[in-house]
Amino acid sequence: MHRRNFLKLLGITGGVAAASGTGIHKASAASAASVKRNPDAVGVLHDSTLCIGCRRCEEACAVVNNRPGPEKPYDNRAVLDTKRRPSVDSYTVVNKYPGQGARPVFRKTQCNHCQEPACASACFVKAFTKTPEGPVVYDPSLCVGCRYCMIACPFTIPSYDYDKVLNPLVHKCTLCAPRLAEGKQPGCVEVCPTGALLFGKREELLDIARKRIADAPGKYVKHIYGEKEVGGTNWLYLSPVPHEELGQPVLDATSVPELTSGALGSVPMIAGLWPVLLTGAWAITRRKEKVSEEERESAVSAALAKASAANAEELRKALEKAAKDKENALAKAEKDKEAAVAAALAEAKAACEAAADNAGGTDAAGQEQAADAANAGTKDGGES
Amino acid sequence: MEPTTFSSLQDFMLHSKTITYVLMGGGLVGLACFWYFLCGRDKDIKRF
Amino acid sequence: MRGLIRKLKTLPIPTLREAVDFGRDTLLSIPRTPGNYLTAAILLLGGLVTILRFTIGIGGVTNLDDANPWGIWIAFDLLCGVALAAGGYTTSAACYLFGLKRYHGAVRPAILTAFLGYAFVVIALHFDVGQPWRLVYPIFLSQGTTSVLFEVGLCVFIYLCVLFTEWTPAAFEWLDGRFAWFDGFINWRKIRNFVVRLTIPLTILGVILSTMHQSSLGALFLTSPGKLHPLWYSSFLPVFFFVSSMFAGLSMVIFEGGLAHAGLHDKMDQAHLDSSHEVAFGFAKAASFIMAGYFCMRIFDLAMSNNWAYLATGYGILYLVELFGFVIFPCFLFAMGSREKKLWLVRFGAVMAILGIVLNRFIVCLIAFNWQLPSDERYFPSIMEVIVSVFIVTCIVTAYRLICHFLPILHEHPDYKDAH
Repeated sequence: MHRRNFLKLLGITGGVAAASGTGIHKASAASAASVKRNPDAVGVLHDSTLCIGCRRCEEACAVVNNRPGPEKPYDNRAVLDTKRRPSVDSYTVVNKYPGQGARPVFRKTQCNHCQEPACASACFVKAFTKTPEGPVVYDPSLCVGCRYCMIACPFTIPSYDYDKVLNPLVHKCTLCAPRLAEGKQPGCVEVCPTGALLFGKREELLDIARKRIADAPGKYVKHIYGEKEVGGTNWLYLSPVPHEELGQPVLDATSVPELTSGALGSVPMIAGLWPVLLTGAWAITRRKEKVSEEERESAVSAALAKASAANAEELRKALEKAAKDKENALAKAEKDKEAAVAAALAEAKAACEAAADNAGGTDAAGQEQAADAANAGTKDGGES
Repeated sequence: MEPTTFSSLQDFMLHSKTITYVLMGGGLVGLACFWYFLCGRDKDIKRF
Repeated sequence: MRGLIRKLKTLPIPTLREAVDFGRDTLLSIPRTPGNYLTAAILLLGGLVTILRFTIGIGGVTNLDDANPWGIWIAFDLLCGVALAAGGYTTSAACYLFGLKRYHGAVRPAILTAFLGYAFVVIALHFDVGQPWRLVYPIFLSQGTTSVLFEVGLCVFIYLCVLFTEWTPAAFEWLDGRFAWFDGFINWRKIRNFVVRLTIPLTILGVILSTMHQSSLGALFLTSPGKLHPLWYSSFLPVFFFVSSMFAGLSMVIFEGGLAHAGLHDKMDQAHLDSSHEVAFGFAKAASFIMAGYFCMRIFDLAMSNNWAYLATGYGILYLVELFGFVIFPCFLFAMGSREKKLWLVRFGAVMAILGIVLNRFIVCLIAFNWQLPSDERYFPSIMEVIVSVFIVTCIVTAYRLICHFLPILHEHPDYKDAH
């Protein structure tokens, strides 16, 4: 029973899991039907063929966001020989990559402001929000510091204040949302001397990127990184070499919310189905216990009844025998009495005759005496 | 009747999942009450 | 209300002197065994690292960084802690829902283990999370319902309340008649009897909540297909975590039963002692079968993703070691042990199964996670992280011993014999 139910549970779980696998398709159906992106959402296009690795964008970013900036000063070119990543002090960094010719290729890295942000999906206090305008913004007043956003982000962008005790926060590029609200461009874009960074509506940037690829065949790899990756990002990249060579992770179009929608979907199904299965198991168990209890009781009482019927039979037989014995005893006693009486009478008679013989024409007293003795004997015999 | 549109799947899921969680809580309580109702006529559980 | 105030006025509040004397006498009366000295040392060391954590921050105490935000406090204290506390729902389901009354003696110890396990998971989170005072935010302030972690947090919170409630009858039985101050004021027996009537619904709710959060802990890693090695990344991670939690819990009940026999023998009554072997063999049989099914599922998953080629790599060897050394091998130990009624085989199997669960959670969270990063960017726990994890386990064991010493967990309370 135990095993069977566990197997049943396994089967159902498997079924639920399989069904929830299709939840991904459901999510897509949902998104196709009712998700309409803001066509005016803004983004940035980064063109690696134009980037010279001057790092002025890093400096501007630190100023705008009031961060200390990276450890080494901005004109230190040696820094580019190591791979750096964004940190709590520096929301963006530019890295140097070997490229395929004599010239190295540079790429600026920062939060990509995904259209379906993993951080927003993963955050259990809704500290991240994808604004319809484009930027993915962070609310420091809610953050608990669980760091699941850092696990979920496919680009491993968020940084954490590990060395703060009182108000540690997550840090990442904000797409200068406050500046955008004032109609300005992001700090990094404004300061870029070569135009490697282009700010505008995402849709328009995609068109520009496609045009650049078409106008200069061979100059760029025929792929706009960020167009479809993890559901599309608002920061787009053009590169002369394959994007993986610039440290970009290879990702397919499935967004993180889609990856978890199946598992998230199976939770309510369990909440609906498990009460039925488990209450059913308990009810079946209880019924079985009750039935076996009833069966046991009826077996016991049948046995008891059988025993008492046998007893009653025995008792009846014993009573019958006792009655018969009593009858026999009574009959025998009666016979004994009669025999005793007859014997007494005969004795008395003999005594009487003997007395009569002795006395010859005996006197009446002697005869009376003999008659009395006979009566007494009879009485004795009668009494016994 | 135009269906509500959301600016992202994330937005859609936030909306739908919040409703779902509330319904889950209600559902569990409701199922428990319904079970007691179903057993209402049993000799030993006089609930209703 | 006035009665309450009057009662409160008669509270026997000790003077400072009395409190100090009581504390000192209690401490001095603890037996000076090597185990207790070790416990004291770990508790002291753990206390020191705790102070460090809350003065110099997580960075000063751990080896975590921006690429590796989760370390052993998550892999061990959270993931393993929750998996190994699964004995609570499995044992109570077996006894109360599937009618296996012979396991009744194992229910209270299992519920206590689960309750302490989950309580200390929450305490461990206070170490790991950056702003632990905000841990109530996701439940009460801002619900991130798209997050698998929200589901984990909500379920763990509710389940902790369920486990606490299921544990209270033992506490009420102990309180009944123990403190004269409550006489005529609180009827512990009535409260205890009321809670016991809730057993079936609470057990059902416990299984529902456990299924949801055990599987969701696996679902946490669904967000990162690029970061988790293909041999372990699967859409069925939630199912794997849930099924493995079942035999994790059963194995822990067997394992702890063995430990309790050694260390808490004098607290066990005859009924408990008599049934303990039956529990071990019965649970071993069930766990063995579940592990066989789990092994099949893992292999089917490998086949469906067609990842056989990875078996020829270093990670492939780890995968085979995990599945054959720590799933199939203990499955076999349990099978032979329960068939031939050999307790030592079963206990050995329990140890291997538990190590297998720990290995699996460590692999998914730490070893196969970020597998593509160069080795100088990989994570390895710091000494202080290990101290905190050992400290938390020691706290659980110490609390367990204390509670079993006073409360009717391993024995029946004389006033409540056969009362369930």
